[in-house]
Amino acid sequence: MKTFAIGGVHPQENKFSASSPIEVLPIPAKVFIPLSQSLGVPSKPLVKKGDEVKIGQMIAAGEALISSNLHSPVSGKVEKVDDYIDASGYRRPAIFITVEGEEWIPEIDTSPDFIGEITLEGPAIIQKIKEMGIVGMGGATFPTHVKLMIPPGKKAEYLIINGVECEPYLTSDHRLMLEKPAEIITGIRLLMKALGVEKAIIGIENNKPDAIELLSKTAADYPGIEVVPLKVKYPQGGEKQLIAALTGREVPSGKLPIEVGCVVQNVGTAFAVYEAVQKNKPLIERIVTVTGSNISQPSNFLVRIGTPIITLLEKAGWNPEKAGKIINGGPMMGKALFSPEVPLVKGTSGILVLNRDEAYREKTEPCIRCAKCISVCPMGLQPYLLARVSEIGRFDIAENEYILDCIECGSCQYTCPSARPLLDHIRLGKYKVNQIIRSRKN
Amino acid sequence: MNQLIISGSPHVHGEMSIKSIMWGVVIALIPAWLVSLWYFGIAALFVTLLAILSCVAIEYVIQKYLLHQEPTISDGSAVVTGLLLAFNVPSSLPWWQVIIGSLVAIGIAKMSFGGLGKNIFNPALVARVFLLISFPVSMTTWPRPIESRMAFLNFDGITGPTALGTLKTHLAMGETISQIKLPTYESLFWGEIGGSLGEVSAIALILGGIYLLYRKIITWHIPVSYILTSFLFAGILWWVNPEKYIDPVFHILAGGLLLGAIYMATDMVSSPMTPWGQIVFGIGCGVLTILIRVFGAYPEGVSFAILIMNAFVPLINRAFKPKRFGEVK
Repeated sequence: MKTFAIGGVHPQENKFSASSPIEVLPIPAKVFIPLSQSLGVPSKPLVKKGDEVKIGQMIAAGEALISSNLHSPVSGKVEKVDDYIDASGYRRPAIFITVEGEEWIPEIDTSPDFIGEITLEGPAIIQKIKEMGIVGMGGATFPTHVKLMIPPGKKAEYLIINGVECEPYLTSDHRLMLEKPAEIITGIRLLMKALGVEKAIIGIENNKPDAIELLSKTAADYPGIEVVPLKVKYPQGGEKQLIAALTGREVPSGKLPIEVGCVVQNVGTAFAVYEAVQKNKPLIERIVTVTGSNISQPSNFLVRIGTPIITLLEKAGWNPEKAGKIINGGPMMGKALFSPEVPLVKGTSGILVLNRDEAYREKTEPCIRCAKCISVCPMGLQPYLLARVSEIGRFDIAENEYILDCIECGSCQYTCPSARPLLDHIRLGKYKVNQIIRSRKN
Repeated sequence: MNQLIISGSPHVHGEMSIKSIMWGVVIALIPAWLVSLWYFGIAALFVTLLAILSCVAIEYVIQKYLLHQEPTISDGSAVVTGLLLAFNVPSSLPWWQVIIGSLVAIGIAKMSFGGLGKNIFNPALVARVFLLISFPVSMTTWPRPIESRMAFLNFDGITGPTALGTLKTHLAMGETISQIKLPTYESLFWGEIGGSLGEVSAIALILGGIYLLYRKIITWHIPVSYILTSFLFAGILWWVNPEKYIDPVFHILAGGLLLGAIYMATDMVSSPMTPWGQIVFGIGCGVLTILIRVFGAYPEGVSFAILIMNAFVPLINRAFKPKRFGEVK
């Protein structure tokens, strides 16, 4: 079975919520829409205090090249546009909306009908994706329309669809593949048309045999779309690792996937693209896994963007007394939240709540030069060295040892028998090296 | 709700720890230890326990009273050093020499460099070489297996040479290989030969090595390249003149080569960190071992070979880097 060649780890999968069907979460009384929900420049608000908004109405515009539109996930009244604490822990501008009723803008097709026929041409599809504020749903939230615009001189050959879900615990993509296979395949066809490619490969790890079977069956009518089962190995969902696993091609250091003729999109993004193009529905809700040792009913919810995370936790039966850590995302790459009051954003694929007893790090011991970090690094780096030189401030060595190639997957720190905080130091090193490179250019 | 814990990702940790590695090595050494108890009896038991106890005690005292650190003896690394030190000396070694060995291993080779993870040389081997040079007689007096089982303190009349020692002496007297009476492969394999406490049984050492590979505590690179290189080098010499140079299988099974290749050269702290670096390290160890055994003054060359290669590790780490993903040449 295929997988990527260099490094990787296999943490306990703990997919507790894999058999929980997607459940629609009731709309909360109030939502908070951070203006910064994708990579790049924050969106510019189009509404002000007191404005009435409907579901699907555009409330902020992504005007810069890398930016995205935001739409109201609820109907109601804009309470204010003010700073609010987001998932990163910073106070950033957000639109506060008090929910009143449930009124959709008329353009959106809210019927449950499936539309498989594609009428739009490539550029129109990209335009639609841009309008509807679609961003990468795997967590990185790169604006999808930007990814679909192929730079001059390059040619896309493969559309790679990421159905790997290699993060332990998370099951939102898995559930989506099981419950919306036809929509996903249509989304993939739309993306193929937008890119002008003939071939799409869907990579799914073989701990999801039901999803592999169902998507293979659904895709059978379209010879250009292939489903490939992959050996379970983290971080296979990393763009570069997934391309290597499926095509054997290695994206050169410092370059983008298009360099080897690939564009990677998540299955969740393919579904969002279907809804945007076929149903005129902007990205106002997403599927979120709520799971972890602290959660009594590990669940997959369909949630409106801007819903406070505590609403999800209460619905899934969390135990606030025992909770030690709330993680936005999976256990390997997710960010620890300092409060459950922060709102859900487009990039939130899961909320993991760990009990206090398993939330602490283990005691750090001296490095015994066992080289496990080197053997698991999927980028072929030397994490112990990068961490050490970053710690002592030798960023010149860090740069020469390719610290910027690090994808921050955390395999090194996960594996380290001495429980050293390797990635903490490497993150600092990357930040500093980036700073140094920028100052060199000026 | 209590205060939430905030830290960078990853938020989960694998199962491997220093403790699990060190105790894994101890488990891997148990078969060879049991063989040594079978052949060398009470004295072997005494030497191993004394070496382990003194290594742990010395580390504790240095950390607590000299460095004023929190003692970390429970990590098991001093136990491994003690066990390996015992494996590298004859079972008849006087008790006070065992303690001096522990002092050199832990005090000089490990703690003076900064403790766990900082030592350049393998502590047990530094101690072995120190003892060999300081006490050449007791370090080369080998109790005979089975006969010495009940001996303790008094080993008169029940000692004999090692297989490599016999070979070296008789070759020096001008005899040819076919004239020299050497132990059979069978006794080398099971361990019914004279030698250091833990090195005698090839099968027990290999069993432990398989366990270490299974637990992913070591990788194949160092043992395989070390053993293969020794085999090829010794094989070439043997092919050139089988009356002057013993066959390569003998070289692998006799002496401390397997103990060294599987347990000593693979010491994480003092070996290279990338697969290619480890292979080069193993090749160096193999070449040096055979060079010393065949052309040197000592019949055995494993300790010296590994210590010399330990000194090259920083250079090897510099020269052999892992293969990067998407490397642009």
